[in-house]
Amino acid sequence: MKKWLVGILMIAILLISGNVMMAQDPITLEFAQWWEPELPAGEFRALMDAFEAQNPGIKVELVSGPYSTTKDQIVAGAATGTMSDVVGLDGAWVSDFVKQGALASLTDLMGAVSYDASELAAQIQLNGATYMIPVVNFIYPVFVNLDLLAAAGIENPPATRSEFVDAATKLTDAANNVYGWVLPLSMEQPNGIQNDVMSWVWATGGSMMKDGMPNLVDNADVSSAMEFIKGMYDAGVIAPGAFSMREQDKVEEFTNGRVGMMVDSLAHINLIRERNPELKFAITALPAADGYEGPRGLPYASWGIGVAENSEHKAEAWKLVEFLMSAETNSKLSSIANAFPGNVKATPDFVQTDELFAAAFDVFQKGFLANEFVGLPVAENLMREFDEPFQLYLDGGMELSEFLSAAQDAWTGHF
Amino acid sequence: MAKISISNETQNLTWQRMKRQAVPFAYLSPTLLLLAVLSFIPIATVVYYSLMNNVIITKDPPSFVGLDNYVKILSDKNFFNALGNTLFFAIASVIAHFVLGLLFAMLLNSKVVGPVTKSLFRVIYILPWVFTASIIAVLWRLLLYPNGVVNYFMLGAGFSTEPIEWLSSRQLALPTVTFINIWSGYPFYMVSFLAGLQGISEDLYEAGKIDGASGIQLFRFITLPQLKPVIISLAMLDFIWTTHQFTLIWMTTGGGPVRATEMLSTFTYKLAFTSYEFSLASTTAMLILALSLFVGVFYVRNQRSANE
Repeated sequence: MKKWLVGILMIAILLISGNVMMAQDPITLEFAQWWEPELPAGEFRALMDAFEAQNPGIKVELVSGPYSTTKDQIVAGAATGTMSDVVGLDGAWVSDFVKQGALASLTDLMGAVSYDASELAAQIQLNGATYMIPVVNFIYPVFVNLDLLAAAGIENPPATRSEFVDAATKLTDAANNVYGWVLPLSMEQPNGIQNDVMSWVWATGGSMMKDGMPNLVDNADVSSAMEFIKGMYDAGVIAPGAFSMREQDKVEEFTNGRVGMMVDSLAHINLIRERNPELKFAITALPAADGYEGPRGLPYASWGIGVAENSEHKAEAWKLVEFLMSAETNSKLSSIANAFPGNVKATPDFVQTDELFAAAFDVFQKGFLANEFVGLPVAENLMREFDEPFQLYLDGGMELSEFLSAAQDAWTGHF
Repeated sequence: MAKISISNETQNLTWQRMKRQAVPFAYLSPTLLLLAVLSFIPIATVVYYSLMNNVIITKDPPSFVGLDNYVKILSDKNFFNALGNTLFFAIASVIAHFVLGLLFAMLLNSKVVGPVTKSLFRVIYILPWVFTASIIAVLWRLLLYPNGVVNYFMLGAGFSTEPIEWLSSRQLALPTVTFINIWSGYPFYMVSFLAGLQGISEDLYEAGKIDGASGIQLFRFITLPQLKPVIISLAMLDFIWTTHQFTLIWMTTGGGPVRATEMLSTFTYKLAFTSYEFSLASTTAMLILALSLFVGVFYVRNQRSANE
């Protein structure tokens, strides 16, 4: 009898201790992103360690990979309902993932904890709900090679389109393989349409949309920007190979001193410095159309964040988002990423210590973030569908009106 | 009583016969299972997707649309542009692979060349085959870049007055990617032909020479007929592999400029991963499968007749 009682007691103790242990098991959040490999080794993990220290019941498992792999991984996760709890997002993907029902409404998650969203610099919303918050932003100003500028007798970086054309013409020395501007239009990575083409429209306060629909035809802002680029293409001041050139090729051309000016992400400043420490370059705002005095739209790319609809730990996932968006963490992250913060109260260190970043911060504060592709359906495909007739237009195979009509027809089918 | 025992005996015999008949299937079951998992189920799934709408990544439930997706794809001029480019790319590659492969194999099989030189050239000729498609793409992008080595020599030698945009010109891009594919693929032919040439009996050539046949006649009436089974097999396999080439095209031109190098593979990829039109992508995949099957049937028939 005693043995029997002792047996029951032991089983009860085992069960209770098991339950206690289970209760103490931390929740593990999976966080898929491409940020960790792009940051100095160990820095992003250190931020996650700080989060875990603040939230003892939550562990963060980083699922890191290059940008394109992360996208494929999220697409596959969205299809199979196995998306990581927290995901790094590009604004161009949001609409498609929301359409698939793969992302949770952050508006609901914020509402559940009465979060004060006034510190957030931006929220990407669809159908009245937020699905992505830009954690840090990389603006795309104009990089100018100061040595080439001085050699061409140009005193100041161009501020208007006509000054830009004049500078590009003076900088071009085809015999020595030097060109004024560089334009990547690869069909593989069509983001040149966003960063290097449509940015000229936004810099002059123009828009490619009207009432949520594509508005390319009979749009004076779009037409003038396209004619401006075509003029430079015909004048031979754009580096050759544009139709198969990718963003990394563009940066290589600038870094090696073969082009005088390029529109590029601030994220590449350190890369350019590492590759060519001798290169003297400056940063300036994208030139606007002559006579335009308003604020200039700045193309940008974000490291956005979202929460998976299939996550079983949405409340904990939101805690991680909240942690990354806090002024303190956001300052640290933007400092190590050389990006501008997603929290309006955060200030990155580099603004005080680096004159190039200080100049870029000045450009950032005077202008406004403009990227109309963010939140659009099949955004990458829209860029590719614009790229195709645009190449034909540049190559002389289409008139401006034909090109814009073709692009608009292709786009309209997706809305 | 006797009836019951006879009935039990019959049942036992039937059971034993069934067991005996099941034995071969039991031995085959691992292979059948693998075939089902790796081939039949994926193909059946893609067939299913091609007949449906709203598949894979959409909140809306899939709906049966019959052959609508096939009608949509077959009335899309971009599909036929991709088909035309793919056929040019594949046919030009197969012909050039055959000519170069046979030429180099005969050089390496020649008695005029010493064994050390042969070994050296074997290594040199086979090098392109060692690289993966992504390495080949990066390598040739760098070589053919407007500021690349090829243009440097072209300008230096006076063949051109300005950098040639090999991969950015609508006229040159398709021949250029075809050339890259030829460069990367001929060693496979060369190795296979070399093995075939080494298997041809010397007696045949000696008999031909005694009959007064010239070198060209020996090649035409002995070498080519002896290599015929290898030639047909290689050509068919190469045609199928080349029509599926994706990495090389994607990493050099992405299907551009405009759609000058758009292939069926890049067309399908774009439908699936940038438009998220998985039903239409499955439909083009089925059409590519039909094209491959068409060639595959000839391959199997050829193999069967060779075995007989």
